[in-house]
Amino acid sequence: MDVIYDWFRQLYIDHGINLTIVYDRFDRNRMLGGLWTTIKLSLTCLALSVLIGLVGAWLQGARSVLLRAVVQGYIQFFRNTPPLVQMYFFFFALGSLMPQVRNEFGFTQPMIDNYTWAIISLSFFAGAFNVEIFRSGIEAVPKSTVEAAESLGYTRLQSYIHVVLPLAFRVCLPALNNNLVNLVKTTTLAYAIAVPEMLYVANQIWSDAVNVPEMMTFLLFAYVALVGILVWVMRKWEQSMALPGYGR
Amino acid sequence: MMVRGPKGHAGLGGGTDLPVLLPAAERLQRRSERERLLGAPRLRLRGRDLAWLCLMLICFTGYAEAQAAAAGREPISIALLRWVPLLFQGFVFNIVISVLSMALGTVLGVVLGLMQISLLPPIRFSSWFVTQFFRNAPWLVLLFYCIFLLPFEIRAFGMRIPFPDWIKAIIGLSLPVMANVSEIVRGAVRSIPSGQWEAAESLAFNRNQTIWKIILPQCVKRMLPPWMNLYAILTMATVLASIVGVSEVMTLARRVLAAEVRNDLLIPLYGMILVWFFVYCYPIARLTQWLERRYAVKL
Repeated sequence: MDVIYDWFRQLYIDHGINLTIVYDRFDRNRMLGGLWTTIKLSLTCLALSVLIGLVGAWLQGARSVLLRAVVQGYIQFFRNTPPLVQMYFFFFALGSLMPQVRNEFGFTQPMIDNYTWAIISLSFFAGAFNVEIFRSGIEAVPKSTVEAAESLGYTRLQSYIHVVLPLAFRVCLPALNNNLVNLVKTTTLAYAIAVPEMLYVANQIWSDAVNVPEMMTFLLFAYVALVGILVWVMRKWEQSMALPGYGR
Repeated sequence: MMVRGPKGHAGLGGGTDLPVLLPAAERLQRRSERERLLGAPRLRLRGRDLAWLCLMLICFTGYAEAQAAAAGREPISIALLRWVPLLFQGFVFNIVISVLSMALGTVLGVVLGLMQISLLPPIRFSSWFVTQFFRNAPWLVLLFYCIFLLPFEIRAFGMRIPFPDWIKAIIGLSLPVMANVSEIVRGAVRSIPSGQWEAAESLAFNRNQTIWKIILPQCVKRMLPPWMNLYAILTMATVLASIVGVSEVMTLARRVLAAEVRNDLLIPLYGMILVWFFVYCYPIARLTQWLERRYAVKL
């Protein structure tokens, strides 16, 4: 590893290309931390938004008119407003209403920190889209299929788990994947509320080491690689999950 | 292509009456294909949503107004009205940014899109790569890239051309627009039936003539709805410029809040901006939906 570090240090001396994130241990650890935060943020929001989508789709089938209206209002609000405004709203407006707690050093700190607010707002943002996707996926399963499962002795829950959801999920997958790719791109907005994800850490590093062009280029390629990997994996998954005789 | 049963449902065997999956599946598939083409979800704004938003805001402002009156502070409506001219200027600035970056992005995107259907593999591949690259990069990162890396002025032939941050923001926002327009152009060209190409060839049109006189005129109709949707999305994305310090409406709103030092102004102020964006994007979104329905290929 030292050979590589030395090579990058020499690169700086010879050509002025200063990639501190490779040879400087402090910056490297910061950047890895940022990358890890981005990945963690993305994965947590992915999981939570899918969960919100499933619960929302289930609630939309509820008998209560009020419950359905609430879910509909939630979807419309989060679909049609910019995610940055949503994040500000959660962090500044709702965050200031939350109680303060004392941490182990005796300082007061907000009960919900900015990282958690980012997770909450991004999950709700992506979840609003997922509700609709799951609902139309479940709608796509014909009643006769459910009735066939019933006639084979499946209970309601069993037919939901073994028949409806597997079919609906395969129908949902392409739309769901589009949304999840969008979500990963939207995690950069967490920068605005100082969550130390990749963009924020890169900003810190270029403030310290004054290597804006190098860091920006690195950042651009890192994000393109991250999203590219996700798109590629999702495509493969879609292909392996495709319903035979359906779609292209 | 989808195999259709006699009842118009997507079916497996084609000859069966039983629907394997209901039309909702087909809708979802069409939608996901469209979103993949556009790189963003389609906006579906409804007048009812605006009514709800306004009602909520009026209720909230009324409540805050009552509290302000009880505490003996200046009414919110007066404080808000004082800042409306300034904020509206900021909003107009947002619109200007969105129009200019859409124009720049469209010109670049059409060129890139035409390169994507070129017969020369190097041109086709390189333009495909550029398109995918800028489609996969987050908008905010591209904006940062342009704001920090473009020079603040260019000296050419003894002249100084200043490069203020809002021009850099326009360039930064036009990059993802360019990639998406390129993909829209490619998708539209590919959606033209191959019979059109063959018919043109049989009438002795060369490739250049075929593209300009036969294929592209038919594409305009198909490209218009996704292009307008992209514009609405771009308009909502112009607030990102506030993160990099362009003094558009969100930056001004934050400054106003700092000047007023009042917490109860927060929601009415941001809510007002939200309504402005909605009112601006709503006709565009409705027109897009109408055009989409009108130009829909009837199966």
